[in-house]
Amino acid sequence: MKINIRLNSEKDTEKLANIIASEVFQGMIIGLGGDLGSGKTTFTKYLAKSMGIHDNLNSPTFTILKTYEGKLDLYHMDVYRLEDIGYDYELDDYIYGKGVSVIEWYPFIQSMLPENILMITFSFIDESTRDVSIEGSEQYEKVIEKISHRYSN
Amino acid sequence: MYVLGVETSCDETSVSVVKDGNIVLSNEVLSQIDIHQSYGGVVPEIASREHIKGITYVFDQAIKKANLSYEDIDLIAVTKGPGLIGSLLIGINAAKVISLNYHIPIIGVHHISGHIYANYIEHGMEFPLLALVVSGGHTELVLMKEHFSFEKLGETQDDAVGEAYDKVARILGLGYPGGPAVDKLANQGSDTFDFPRPMIHSDDYHFSFSGLKSHVINKHHNMLQRNEEINVKDFSASFQEAVTDVLVAKTIKAKENYQVKQVIVAGGVAANSGLRKKIKANITDIPVYFPIMDYCTDNAAMIASAGYFKYKKYGKSDDLYINGYSRLDLEREM
Repeated sequence: MKINIRLNSEKDTEKLANIIASEVFQGMIIGLGGDLGSGKTTFTKYLAKSMGIHDNLNSPTFTILKTYEGKLDLYHMDVYRLEDIGYDYELDDYIYGKGVSVIEWYPFIQSMLPENILMITFSFIDESTRDVSIEGSEQYEKVIEKISHRYSN
Repeated sequence: MYVLGVETSCDETSVSVVKDGNIVLSNEVLSQIDIHQSYGGVVPEIASREHIKGITYVFDQAIKKANLSYEDIDLIAVTKGPGLIGSLLIGINAAKVISLNYHIPIIGVHHISGHIYANYIEHGMEFPLLALVVSGGHTELVLMKEHFSFEKLGETQDDAVGEAYDKVARILGLGYPGGPAVDKLANQGSDTFDFPRPMIHSDDYHFSFSGLKSHVINKHHNMLQRNEEINVKDFSASFQEAVTDVLVAKTIKAKENYQVKQVIVAGGVAANSGLRKKIKANITDIPVYFPIMDYCTDNAAMIASAGYFKYKKYGKSDDLYINGYSRLDLEREM
């Protein structure tokens, strides 16, 4: 299942994050795509907030992984630097762990990911506007339907 | 008191012996930079493997160069975070082995407290003190009212300053690590682009570099599309001016508000010549200290020094259940 939506402001990004946060589950994997500056970290910030995580979430690029404790733990990864490598087995414990994984630049490590994840890709339109495609199957269809429903109204 | 410091949070394997917090008897650093350079940054799994290869040798060298044996060591201080989780665990486990075998107490130390204490080795500390911590993973202003007490006044809301340097350097084709390359070219160019100074007037001590990074990248992209000639020196200079303007403005604001007696700059970006010049030119009423180059980058001497003061303050060590953390709050550090 795949849908396309338009976000017209950061408020819209927050709204999207809130919907997804209401549907998180153990072992959920969210892959984020899109260029530098397209809004991946901003989205993750709102997701964390909406998941009840109080700590300030900032870029995990340097350590690749930052973990946040909450009702469900959040594993925030940025695999930008693994572009020419394609995997990092140290991330396995988290990706296949009990929390929610958010993986920025997920296409760079696609070979080590399960087939079915929630893929969210941001495209820069202008300073405040982003087009977003959201794709996934099976256990991810419920949340996509919910987003689709909320954005068609 | 002889403290054995152990640091493996990123791509340097380092072990050091420091007496009483500032007499460095040895500081062995095995850098992996050559290995990671071709990947445009540190690769976690490769870093872990390299730490394993080097760690026994580095321990032995540090003890040997200090002219001591393990029996002489009073405390082991090891970085427990933040950093690459696999890399951290190698240092921690090696430290545990020595701790168990020689019955030496072990204490886990926050990596950033180490960077702050790198300044103590050379210059001592006078309180209250303001620390500007700038590196590939951190950008924060920390207030210290006494030894081993940290109050975070503000921090980056998105990218760390060193990370912004690396990304801009990558776009400009300058390779990794980006900081030194951009700094060098910045000195030969001029601030012609007038990039934004994010959050410079905000009513807090936070930073944000993601928007500036995107602005620089978009500008570069647009110029390429219009086939305009790109002056890499001016790009570097404009970016560096914007970054250092914000860092210096917030540091001055905090310095005045909290009436500090000393400003120290810590972390890898403390080596940046533009930052050094600007901060020294703008803060002249109290001392501003930068660690010597050997202590700007990751090293175990700073961990030994921080561990010494942590142990002195709390009078207790950790047990062998001590763990590593990819993310760790400096203020909850005790």
